[in-house]
Amino acid sequence: MSTTRKFKIWRGDAQGGDFKEFDVDVDPGMVVLDVLHRVQARQANDLAIRWNCKAGKCGSCSMEINGRPRLSCMTRMNVFGPDETITVQPLKAFPVIKDLVTDVSWNYRQNKRIRPLKPKPRDADGEHRMYQEDVDRVQEFRKCIECYLCQDTCHVLRDRGGQDRFVGPRFMIRLASLEMHPLDADDRIPEIRKEFGSGMCNITRCCTEVCPEHINITDNAIIPLKERVVDRYFDPIVYLGQKLFGISKRR
Amino acid sequence: MTTRHLPLLGGHPRELGGTLRTDAWWVGPTITVLVFSSFIAYSTWALFQGAHYYAAPYLSPMYSPLLLVKEGVPGGAPLEHAWFGAWPSWWPEFPLFPASPALLILVFPLSFRFTCYYYRKAYYRSFAASPPGCAVSPGERPAYKGETGFLIFQNVHRYALYFALFFIVVLGWDAVQSFSKNGQLGVGVGSIVLTINVLLIAAYTFGCHSLRHLIGGRTDCMSCGEATVKYKAWKGASWFNGRHMLFAWLSLCWVGFTDLYVRLVSMGVIKDLNTWS
Repeated sequence: MSTTRKFKIWRGDAQGGDFKEFDVDVDPGMVVLDVLHRVQARQANDLAIRWNCKAGKCGSCSMEINGRPRLSCMTRMNVFGPDETITVQPLKAFPVIKDLVTDVSWNYRQNKRIRPLKPKPRDADGEHRMYQEDVDRVQEFRKCIECYLCQDTCHVLRDRGGQDRFVGPRFMIRLASLEMHPLDADDRIPEIRKEFGSGMCNITRCCTEVCPEHINITDNAIIPLKERVVDRYFDPIVYLGQKLFGISKRR
Repeated sequence: MTTRHLPLLGGHPRELGGTLRTDAWWVGPTITVLVFSSFIAYSTWALFQGAHYYAAPYLSPMYSPLLLVKEGVPGGAPLEHAWFGAWPSWWPEFPLFPASPALLILVFPLSFRFTCYYYRKAYYRSFAASPPGCAVSPGERPAYKGETGFLIFQNVHRYALYFALFFIVVLGWDAVQSFSKNGQLGVGVGSIVLTINVLLIAAYTFGCHSLRHLIGGRTDCMSCGEATVKYKAWKGASWFNGRHMLFAWLSLCWVGFTDLYVRLVSMGVIKDLNTWS
């Protein structure tokens, strides 16, 4: 049996906008994206929404629902109270194009700045070898669906305007997946510190909290990268060891 | 259909604490402030007492290792417990720096906890409101530098870790000694309290992100196809690391409780149940 629910949806474009209220019939089992589609079909045909798979795997339908960055296709209506007004707005960290659609192209530009894997020389028998235990931790980062919820909730990008100094959590995990890769021969630490801004993160873990793929971004990617930066730039004992005994910086 | 005007593009509030979140996001930071502030208030008071930190065979963890002992202090440890002997007689009586052995070692646990990756999150959110919560506005502020400016000192964490590992040995020895009084083996409630204390501190320390990095995370080939000690140690540290917040709070609270227990026994307020009496 359907019930009528109250929605506040931000409508506007790059010039400005407002919240507009809608009373919508909601059927059991619906997710927020279903409701937005019903609004689009019955009350506001020009409502702009970006979506694709409706299965939590394409990362397209990111928006802020009751103030929290979420995938609208994975947010079930029964998580809200029966009389709760549901507020839907675009991601804050990126420029609005129209209604709930933002321009996330800044992320694509960051991705292009990261050099691809540079394979180590092959073994004597001509093979590349790596072991499951060693790639387990980088495989975690491959779960990323590029929904950019972590970028949106990161206060450096969201509230501090730090886009020119910090690449954001999504690309810290991409950098980690390369830096920790057993077959990658590239030295990425200097640019992780200086160009991609590992020091700008102050470990408040919001990226980890919003990740729909439950990637442990902070503990498994950002902090290990910060520790590798410490190895290189802030640890005199490791530095002396490398100078005196020629301990390899990478294995 | 009605319309309500909001001043900002996208409808996101920008004032300090501004958010459209409807859940109780403020509960966590509030609890953090309350518990942290309570601990800081109690531990500051306890550290400046310089007395009632010992009730044979129990030594408060806030005073261990006991580098110097001032004799004649009520509830003070006997001189043979001091690593470097008696408190120097020439030490002036500063009101802000009394003859308290705890103040000599304070920098070690303080630096370890203060630079801890978990505690950073806790106090950046709760005390600095940077940000107060996820998707909660920190308000308009001067240029943000993260940990690249003044806070670059957080990178000393691994050095604080080295001392913290040493403290586990010291507190472990204190716990072992708490099962022996006047050469006679036994057990008291205080023995159990001290043992739990060192176990919780060890669990917190073994989950340290710097330790996890140093014992294996810094290399790309931890196992190289074999069940190496390095890989097993990294897996173990990762287990503790996943519970770092839990052990951080438990160990913090238990240290305070352990000091309070030893203090109350030393003052004669409560009686320690044990097999010696």
